[in-house]
Amino acid sequence: MSGNPQEEALEALAAARWRVAAGLTVATLVAYFGFILLVAFDKPLMGQQLTPGLSVGILLGAVVIVAAWALTGIYMLWANGKYDRALHQLRR
Amino acid sequence: MNPTTVSATQLGQPNATAIGFFVLFVCVTLAITYWAARKTKTTSEFFAAGGGVSALQNGFALAGDYMSAASFLGIAGLVATSGFDGLIYSVGWLVGWPVVTFLIAEPLRNLGKYTFADVVAYRLRQTPVRLSAAVGTLTVVSFYLIAQMVGAGNLIHMLFGLSYEVAVVIVGAVMILYVLFGGMIATTWVQIVKAVLLLGGATGLAGAVLYRFGFNPASLFNEAATRYGAQVLAPGALVSNPLETVSLGLALMFGTAGLPHILMRFYTVPDAKAARSSVFYATGLIGYFYLVTFILGFGASVLVGRQAITGVDKGGNMAAPMLAEVVGGTGFLGFISAVAFATILAVVAGLTLSGAAALSHDLWSSVVRKGQAPEHEQLKVARLASLLLGVLAIVLGVAFKGQNVAFMVGLAFAIAASANFPALLLSMAWRGFTTRGAVASMLTGAVSSVVLIFLSPTVQVDLLKNAGALFPLKNPGIITIPLAFIVGGIVSLLSPEREASSRFAEVKHRMHVGLGKPPPVAAVPSPATAETASTSSPTATPSKA
Repeated sequence: MSGNPQEEALEALAAARWRVAAGLTVATLVAYFGFILLVAFDKPLMGQQLTPGLSVGILLGAVVIVAAWALTGIYMLWANGKYDRALHQLRR
Repeated sequence: MNPTTVSATQLGQPNATAIGFFVLFVCVTLAITYWAARKTKTTSEFFAAGGGVSALQNGFALAGDYMSAASFLGIAGLVATSGFDGLIYSVGWLVGWPVVTFLIAEPLRNLGKYTFADVVAYRLRQTPVRLSAAVGTLTVVSFYLIAQMVGAGNLIHMLFGLSYEVAVVIVGAVMILYVLFGGMIATTWVQIVKAVLLLGGATGLAGAVLYRFGFNPASLFNEAATRYGAQVLAPGALVSNPLETVSLGLALMFGTAGLPHILMRFYTVPDAKAARSSVFYATGLIGYFYLVTFILGFGASVLVGRQAITGVDKGGNMAAPMLAEVVGGTGFLGFISAVAFATILAVVAGLTLSGAAALSHDLWSSVVRKGQAPEHEQLKVARLASLLLGVLAIVLGVAFKGQNVAFMVGLAFAIAASANFPALLLSMAWRGFTTRGAVASMLTGAVSSVVLIFLSPTVQVDLLKNAGALFPLKNPGIITIPLAFIVGGIVSLLSPEREASSRFAEVKHRMHVGLGKPPPVAAVPSPATAETASTSSPTATPSKA
């Protein structure tokens, strides 16, 4: 029943969502496994202290946690804005 | 060197404050359950709180569902005894959440009703898919439940001095009351209350620690480094084998996106937008909690002392409660102990409810009754299943007394990541996915994880005391997750299913647009609307052909 243009719009929107989702998933993977690989292969670097007590490893670990949250935030901003607006158009 | 070491800790003595706080928590949550029971009249209310939970509430409930006593006490203990390495776990337990946000939360909310099998079975043949999905769900739930119940028994024994069996029975009985009478509404509120208590307790504890270090975490870390050597700030013995770490990382990351009790929570919100926002809140809360736990671990190693901590429990699990006693006296110790107890209750309630959904919704209503079961029967079966699982949890908890069950959490994540996640993702993203592909993927993931863990050093060497193990890795994720994807792909290609691919457009439409009208079950459902919703929902109807 839905006309062709509407189907196409949905197709494009679905593709866009998967692209954003896949991109952000890869970003998460890179951040996390980057951290893990540094932990595994560069212990001296991770043990280096930036200020007394704050090692590179601790800082990076905290950064990965914050980055993971920030990435979900980026997704939410995109989805609440652009994606939801396009969906709203489609629903009508 | 360690003047702050407590020689006479109150741990393990019946602590009046702890018991007082715990009784208060149980009374409040049972009152909530009483209130919730009067609002739980349909299956939708029982399993999904009628879809009436707000995004913020669900964010807290997700955090409460996920943050276990093991992560609170375990990570704090690991940091206290070995420093930096605990952070590797903290990060690992968190990074699954972005994946849930990006790939799972919204499509799941739009496509399913109570279980993740709703989504996988949407355009496939109901019976085989739901049977295999139930296998995945029930194994994950069982292993996770055993780990929690045994942990609860040990923990409460250590904290309150109660006998192991009594502790397991109390946890099981209270949890059964929540789930049986209050269903998802009560479980949600128990999880919210627990999350607030746990986050509040951890924050208070960390604040008390940091107060002594001028609110500068670096000077706390520095103090730990002066006392135990600079290696506490660098990776230690935990990561001796990079492959092992990556494998564990994969299982933690994708396992979170396949945990049935987590996935189920997305059905409690009204729409996809709320599902998306709720994971954002949950990720923030959980991330914050793990950062705070890291501080607690260092705080305990400096203010309590490693010797005192390992003197009470070799694994270091008592680091956080002992720290509470040092900074806040017996009262604070009692509060933190009660919080740990509450934490376990909230997690096992969520687990039991998701297992009950697999038993009653997937197996009974869809497979046995082919979607023809009337509403009152579904609800009755759901309650029966909850009771059954609750009793089973108590029995298993007692049966596994004294066993080392720590590996079971890893096993649960490995199965969730290999049996549930690949099939779930493929069913939403790939037109060519078929019934046989789904069944093959889920069973391969479940069986290969269980077999490889059985052959791993964790079971062969640590548990069975053999000299070596056939499979070198402790966590099989790096093999089993790709394997489940590959098997699912190949079997699907070999067994094309026209019905499944022709209905993909429908899946795609509903996955993104939702139903295009208010959610299937309105926030204030009457039995009549819930009835129509359940019969008109495609998840309850087998395929049209």
